[in-house]
Amino acid sequence: MADPVYRAAPVEALRVERLGELTAIFDRRSMQTHLVVSPLPEVLEAMSGEACNAALLAARLAASFDLPDAAETRAILGERLRELASLGLVAPDEA
Amino acid sequence: MKHSTRIVVGPVQFRIGSDWRAPVAALERLYAGYPQDPARAADATVRLFAARPWRRWLRPSVQIGGDFVVPDALPLPLSMGLLAAEMGMNLQVALGWRRHLLLHASAVARDGRSVLMSGVSGSGKSTLAALLGEGDWRLMGDEFTLIDPASGDALAFPRAVSLKNEAIAEMAARVDAARLGPLLAGTPKGDIRHLIPRADAVAAMHEPARPALLLFPRFGGATAIERLGEGEAFVRLTEASTNYTALGEAGFEALTRLVRAVPAFGISYPDSAAGLALVEQLWAEVER
Repeated sequence: MADPVYRAAPVEALRVERLGELTAIFDRRSMQTHLVVSPLPEVLEAMSGEACNAALLAARLAASFDLPDAAETRAILGERLRELASLGLVAPDEA
Repeated sequence: MKHSTRIVVGPVQFRIGSDWRAPVAALERLYAGYPQDPARAADATVRLFAARPWRRWLRPSVQIGGDFVVPDALPLPLSMGLLAAEMGMNLQVALGWRRHLLLHASAVARDGRSVLMSGVSGSGKSTLAALLGEGDWRLMGDEFTLIDPASGDALAFPRAVSLKNEAIAEMAARVDAARLGPLLAGTPKGDIRHLIPRADAVAAMHEPARPALLLFPRFGGATAIERLGEGEAFVRLTEASTNYTALGEAGFEALTRLVRAVPAFGISYPDSAAGLALVEQLWAEVER
């Protein structure tokens, strides 16, 4: 299955504040506020402003979280990356 | 404008102009006890003008204008000029104010700390604040509360309280008639009568109060208290703010700080007495 690469918003473009179960993310570029739940904040943090695909993300997140088997994790993370892209917090990497 | 006046409510200096004397005279009576600062430039301008020039004499009706206008706002009959002035003042602040985060919330304070009550029209936030303001609380405002992005403090906006329908009789039974404005019967919002806040609340209107309790009241139904998480309080307050988006990151910071620092509750109550008891109960808990 294709595993597209996404480029995260530069770290300095976002202000991320945890508010209990919700996380509020202020995007300084669009001036929009996004309210998200886990694992979107964790995914963004693991990308740390860089380009990532689901496989690379899975490897990074596995260091901190107990994740299901590799194929399932990649599929789930691919879905979350598409959601983050729909919010404008990551973008498909054109390079 | 033929007639005009200036009114200071909290941090906002209004200039109100009118084609007629009556609305300005009514405002001057309601705001007679408020501090004056005529040398200061107006922050917001409200204009009450005749919908058509000839209408000034023949069936007069008031159109609301100012720095910001709502094109489809209905003209009101001149007898409701005071309501038009109130709506104009609300509109100019709601759309134009940038110095503070503006919340659709009433507020009362005690010992320099405040209770913010946010809700839609009919939630009872205004009546609760007015009733608390007749007890040992300082009324900070019945409609808007301003949050200072720098300090996180709540600033008062103690305009004349807009009592509606049942709340009119409830308050009229408790206060000196001299503190009530004329009855405006059958307005688009029902019956309205303005209540002049107590002199001590007006005198203290420039004193900020640190938010200590955040309530989302709902009038009607059995007495209930629901603790709200920081995220839910944040969502509700973004919806209750008229200028959150316009403030950008300063608004985001002010609101995240507020919901982290201040416990939030949804409260339901069947009548004013139960509502007042809930406020006192929750206040006693946060005081501990």
